[in-house]
Amino acid sequence: MSGTQEFLFDLSDTGGVDYTDESTNIDARTLDEMRELMAAYPQPRSALIPMLHLVQSVDGRVSSVGVRVCAELLGISAAAVVGVATFYTMFKRKAAGQHHIGVCRTALCAVMGGDILMERVSEKLGIKDGETSPDGKFSLEAIECNAACDFAPVMMVNWEFFDNMTPDKVEKLLDDLRVGNRVQSPRGAQLTSWREAERVIAGFSDGRADEGPGAGEASLAGVQAARVNNWRAPDAKSMTGAAQ
Amino acid sequence: MTQPVSEAVTFTIDDVTLTVPKGTNVIRAAEASGIEIPRFCDHPLLDPVAACRQCMVDVVDAGNGRPMKPQPACALEAAKGMVVRTAATSDVAKQAQCGMLEFLLINHPLDCPECDKAGECPLQNQARVSGRETSRYTGAKRTFPKPIMVGQTLLLDRERCVLCQRCIRFADQISGDSLLALVERGGKSQIGAHPDAAFGGYFAGNVAQICPVGALTTVDYRFQSRPFDLVSEMSTCENCAAGCEMRVDARAFEVKRRLAGNDSTHNDEWLCDKGRFACRSARGADRLTTPLVRGTDGRLHAASWPEALAAAAAGLASSATQGAASGVLTGGRLTLENAYAYSKFARTVLQTNNIDCRVRYLSDEETAWMMFQQTTGLPPVTYETLDAANHVVLVDFEPEEECPMVFLRLRKAVRKRGIGITAIAPYLSHGNAKLGAGLLACAPGGEAAALRGLTRLGDNTVILVGERAATSPGTLTLLSQLASTRQVKVGWIPRRAGELGAVAAGCLPTLLPAGRQTVDVGARSEFRDLWKVSEFPNATGFNASNMLIAAAAGAIKSLVIAGVDLADLPDPNLAVSALQTAFVISLEVRESEVSAFADVVFPVAPLEQQEGTFIDWTHAQRKVVPVDRHDANPLTDLRVLGALASAMGVDLNLPNPKEALRELHALATRPVAAVHMSSATPPPIAWSEGNVILATWRPLIDDGRCLDGADSLRRGAPKVSVKMSPATATGLGISPGEHVELSAHGTRWHGPVELVVGMAEGVVWIPQASGASVHGRLIADSGERVTLSAGGGVL
Amino acid sequence: MTDMLTPILTQTWDKPRSWKLQTYLNNGGYRGLRTAFAMTPTAVIDSVKASGLRGRGGAGFPTGMKWGFIPVSNPKPKYLVVNCDESEPGTCKDMPLLLASPQLVIEGAIIAAYAVGAHRAFIYIRGEVLHVIRRVRAAVEEAYAAGYLGRNILGSGFSLDITVHAGAGAYICGEETALLDSLEGRRGQPRLRPPFPAVEGLYASPTVVNNCESIASVPAILANGSAWYAQMGTEKSQGSTIYSLSGHVRKPGQYEAPLGITTRQLLEIASGIREGHRLKFFTPGGSSTPLLTPAHLDVPLDYESLAAAGTMLGTKAMQFFDDTVSVVRTTRRWVEFYQHESCGKCTPCREGSWWLVQLLANLEEGKGEEGDIEKILAICDQVSGKSFCTLADGFVACVTSAIAAFRSEFEAGYRLPAWELFPYQKSALFGQTVVAPPPGVSISQEPPRPRRRRAAAQGVIEP
Repeated sequence: MSGTQEFLFDLSDTGGVDYTDESTNIDARTLDEMRELMAAYPQPRSALIPMLHLVQSVDGRVSSVGVRVCAELLGISAAAVVGVATFYTMFKRKAAGQHHIGVCRTALCAVMGGDILMERVSEKLGIKDGETSPDGKFSLEAIECNAACDFAPVMMVNWEFFDNMTPDKVEKLLDDLRVGNRVQSPRGAQLTSWREAERVIAGFSDGRADEGPGAGEASLAGVQAARVNNWRAPDAKSMTGAAQ
Repeated sequence: MTQPVSEAVTFTIDDVTLTVPKGTNVIRAAEASGIEIPRFCDHPLLDPVAACRQCMVDVVDAGNGRPMKPQPACALEAAKGMVVRTAATSDVAKQAQCGMLEFLLINHPLDCPECDKAGECPLQNQARVSGRETSRYTGAKRTFPKPIMVGQTLLLDRERCVLCQRCIRFADQISGDSLLALVERGGKSQIGAHPDAAFGGYFAGNVAQICPVGALTTVDYRFQSRPFDLVSEMSTCENCAAGCEMRVDARAFEVKRRLAGNDSTHNDEWLCDKGRFACRSARGADRLTTPLVRGTDGRLHAASWPEALAAAAAGLASSATQGAASGVLTGGRLTLENAYAYSKFARTVLQTNNIDCRVRYLSDEETAWMMFQQTTGLPPVTYETLDAANHVVLVDFEPEEECPMVFLRLRKAVRKRGIGITAIAPYLSHGNAKLGAGLLACAPGGEAAALRGLTRLGDNTVILVGERAATSPGTLTLLSQLASTRQVKVGWIPRRAGELGAVAAGCLPTLLPAGRQTVDVGARSEFRDLWKVSEFPNATGFNASNMLIAAAAGAIKSLVIAGVDLADLPDPNLAVSALQTAFVISLEVRESEVSAFADVVFPVAPLEQQEGTFIDWTHAQRKVVPVDRHDANPLTDLRVLGALASAMGVDLNLPNPKEALRELHALATRPVAAVHMSSATPPPIAWSEGNVILATWRPLIDDGRCLDGADSLRRGAPKVSVKMSPATATGLGISPGEHVELSAHGTRWHGPVELVVGMAEGVVWIPQASGASVHGRLIADSGERVTLSAGGGVL
Repeated sequence: MTDMLTPILTQTWDKPRSWKLQTYLNNGGYRGLRTAFAMTPTAVIDSVKASGLRGRGGAGFPTGMKWGFIPVSNPKPKYLVVNCDESEPGTCKDMPLLLASPQLVIEGAIIAAYAVGAHRAFIYIRGEVLHVIRRVRAAVEEAYAAGYLGRNILGSGFSLDITVHAGAGAYICGEETALLDSLEGRRGQPRLRPPFPAVEGLYASPTVVNNCESIASVPAILANGSAWYAQMGTEKSQGSTIYSLSGHVRKPGQYEAPLGITTRQLLEIASGIREGHRLKFFTPGGSSTPLLTPAHLDVPLDYESLAAAGTMLGTKAMQFFDDTVSVVRTTRRWVEFYQHESCGKCTPCREGSWWLVQLLANLEEGKGEEGDIEKILAICDQVSGKSFCTLADGFVACVTSAIAAFRSEFEAGYRLPAWELFPYQKSALFGQTVVAPPPGVSISQEPPRPRRRRAAAQGVIEP
């Protein structure tokens, strides 16, 4: 059964974070920020996922020290923290790159060009799914559906949308990122870095909410068709009267 | 809102009509009526999780006339009029179960020939009974590095795991240790432990027992035996006074493992790790196999039984002719029957009431408490009492350390019924924190005052008090008053399995068997008749401490000692000088400090060869059953004492343990006079001077010799530290982590300081008799003043 | 008769700075809330019940009824959780909604919280959408500053705090009980029911979990009346909703229309399938809803009609695939998605998806064996209806509907790789000279082996 070769699953590398690497950048400020996150919920454990995002923004991965710090602050076992950290795909056990590239591989995007894009990105960066380039500049992930199917094929950079991607756009995007050119998401803000994105996701604003458009072209397809055809929802006023 | 009292529901399974209390899950109802539904994740003592889906049943009618899709019986509440079909009568259920097995097996290794579980494996059994003959899976199986250590006592082979989560649920719901967690996701899901979790709690072994496959095994038993080579007996654990039922498995007359029994009145289906793993101490090179007699060269030599018996009899007779008394120390590990033999031997052969089972700090107040407890008809506190309590107060008692099964019961009551726990203790221990206990911080010695300050007493309150109360004057006196007036229920929990049995057998200087007082003239004539003796000692004897003082001073010339470790005594130095001075007969399983000083040593059979009874802390009689029947007539203490009595011309008339029990039971049918405690508060103990008050108790995993051979268990012992409050440390100029020295009576001990917020001020805590990783041993008791100084010899 | 499209939620998306509170207020925002505050909570629930609004996240449970389940007498705090974990393949409506008009969700959340007596609400957003999270957090801050959140909102005496919570990558967290576990800082695994969230949800307190679009639909219902809302749609599927068109359609995007519009009508508005191609198959409401073929173009897209057609309205995520697409390829990818997203808690989902992916991979690569399809269907049967939650039913639906409609295409996988029958570059939106490989197989290193092409394999493309 040659077809099953790729399913030879040796799961040696699974089951935890890298406990051999005890390096960390977590400091007193990080701990204060973690406590701030904990205080935002009726029960502090609810802050675990934001805290792990914060650990990633500080350490570039879910670090061994980060796991222990979360466990201690929340008064739960380190095993429980590892259980959470290994459940969610956004949590990285190995250091992610300065820019984290996601290429959607779910059926629709894949069919519409995502697979070709994945191969292009992989070739250009010299890394495969789940890897980080030796210079730490890029990491690559085959992502599952990112809720932007009307913009397929879709890529994400640092969890910002990159819609309607083509090989040419990929070429330019990666070149720009490599040399540090300003890159703007078509439906988001100017790119910063994966770590800064993780910090925002954890709950610390970077003040960029007003950047970018309200909607992309596809998002407006329906409302524009309605305007062209003068289609509207029923008149509200007469109905409100009728209801009363 | 009034709760309807257990409303009944009638429904059918496989055409059998069942009536069960509302809220009963189908799988429990089926179980109770003998209908088999296979399962992996379901466990009667764990909350349902419905993860393995093996227990799928066909619900032909949900009770509303409509069918349901197949449901997991473990999470399906029986409803009125429900019609359920198991695989026995439904192809839908049969196919669902068969399909689930196929799924579970596609990634399960075919390593049964080398798996410990093979032969007693639910997965193996079910696969053979209801699985497909061959697998349709042709792909590669998941593989993991194997095995990985979980704590110090467990091994995990992840590829065998069916992810039923029983282990995780046990840790979360039962023991509260949470050492395990589900990690990863989907097909990569696995049970994981964090490498920091070297201490896996005191109950980790249970997860290996409830693992329905061979994923979790114990370091202790791995590759030791095949289930079909084992001979099993249900017996009672000897490691504490909990009275846990356990199954002891032996192969070729050697105990290979111990498993929890299933006794809802005691340990449910759990056993602590000490009970499970501490069962090899009699298997070392130090096992005594022949009698030993001290020769003229001053050394012990192997001797024949007649030789040794003659030497022992001569020694005892010589002290008798010198008009000096003998003394008997029985320790707390004997079965009721053996203790009875010592009690009878002391009275009929040695003509003395100098007998005591206590080998720890004791007091006259405690002796009075034991008589009170033994003679008054107060209803004993049991595990069920704890189930039904509203509030439990812990005094001089750390449940998780000193009686782990009480801890599990309390945690169950806390989790299921939200009962309140109050700990009167110097600090909130890890175990009590897991009970959600409120702490009434109290320096040792202040317990009685703290108890008086409790306001919630009486609201269905149970007070559990430990043997350390002997070091706290007034505590037991107050408790006897509270118990007598029935304001609260009081349970006294000694540490040792044999202690209450020894009290019942009369191994006290003030008590004869079955609660008769030594000063009771009527009782003495009763015993003269029963034991067919003409003479009977009529004076109150010496307690253990006084016996040692008297022996050291030469007032007691001979000592008969069973299973006592000198390190357990409050003053081991005094004991050494007593043993050096007196003529000592030692009855021991293994060479010991006592046997080293003895003049005659008799080997006795280890417990696994003996039959008998323990009386647990609930005063229930629990059977000890021999599992090693290699020797048809094992040398019990009772038999050795009988032979020694014969050598001294007295017939002990106890041919076997059954006869001892028969005599005791005959006595127990007659009423005894209640002995109440004096209401006068005993005077405080005159401790020597020091700058801190010592608090100490034994952790479950200590240096005790019973743990010899349980290497993995010992490796998992918690780290040792000197605990004190931050303010106490500041007052002493000490910082956390710093090594400090404690000294008292010329002995010293040191360890690193750990700060404990909320701890009583001016108190330091160290583990008693658990110095495996520290230098020296401090001879001091809980409540004693000791001297703390900074910078004691850093390791 | 209502118009073909009825923009309500999408109405302001093309306004300049549509996401700002001021824009929202300029377009009638927070009228619904004022109306609600003039009513009793019970009356608000009744109004939403009367509107016929049903859950827009897939299951279609009546929203007002869900609110009504919250036990008023329960002394514990009540919670509202807005489920914005949009992750079902093809589903892409909530993210643009939150990006363009976050105040709509906040207003809806305040009304819902008022109705059920919750003073704390959480907006749970999937983690992988940075800008959406920024926008919603900023919108919540704006709402606080303007007095729409916090203490004594608009002088009503009602107080509400909203916390925006970002997830971390797990489709299963869209399942409401898994979401609650995730929000409690745990692994997002579904909980056993009962107890239901309405009784013991977040922190074991009564909790309502509503989909983002459902909540966003509430303000207009309150502002304009339930009858106004109920006049749209069909008799049983009332109201309007967002249909998300994606794939080989000329104008993919978000189309807000009354329930009951047909696929044909939507496709016409979206200018049809891409140039030179014909529709092969589509999903009505995400990959978990059994796929349909052109034979179903006129089935009304409402709860009842789609159920009658053997599928579901789901999330109304309509993914269109044209005649260039290999259904074996898409099915494998979808099942890989479920395998990746299975939480691993229950046996049939964890092991079933694991096994199916292997068999489907073989078929895609032309390495299948006789009997594989029967085996796949048997596995589906062993999974179907027996898993802990409905995630597994999703992949079963996906596989069984694909085989039912295109069995011979799967059978071709016994002999031929899918990319030989359907050269993959033809499906892509941009011209390519290389053949896109399936993961793990590099075409350039392993050229397709010469095989005899079977005529029958070609005949299945057009139903």
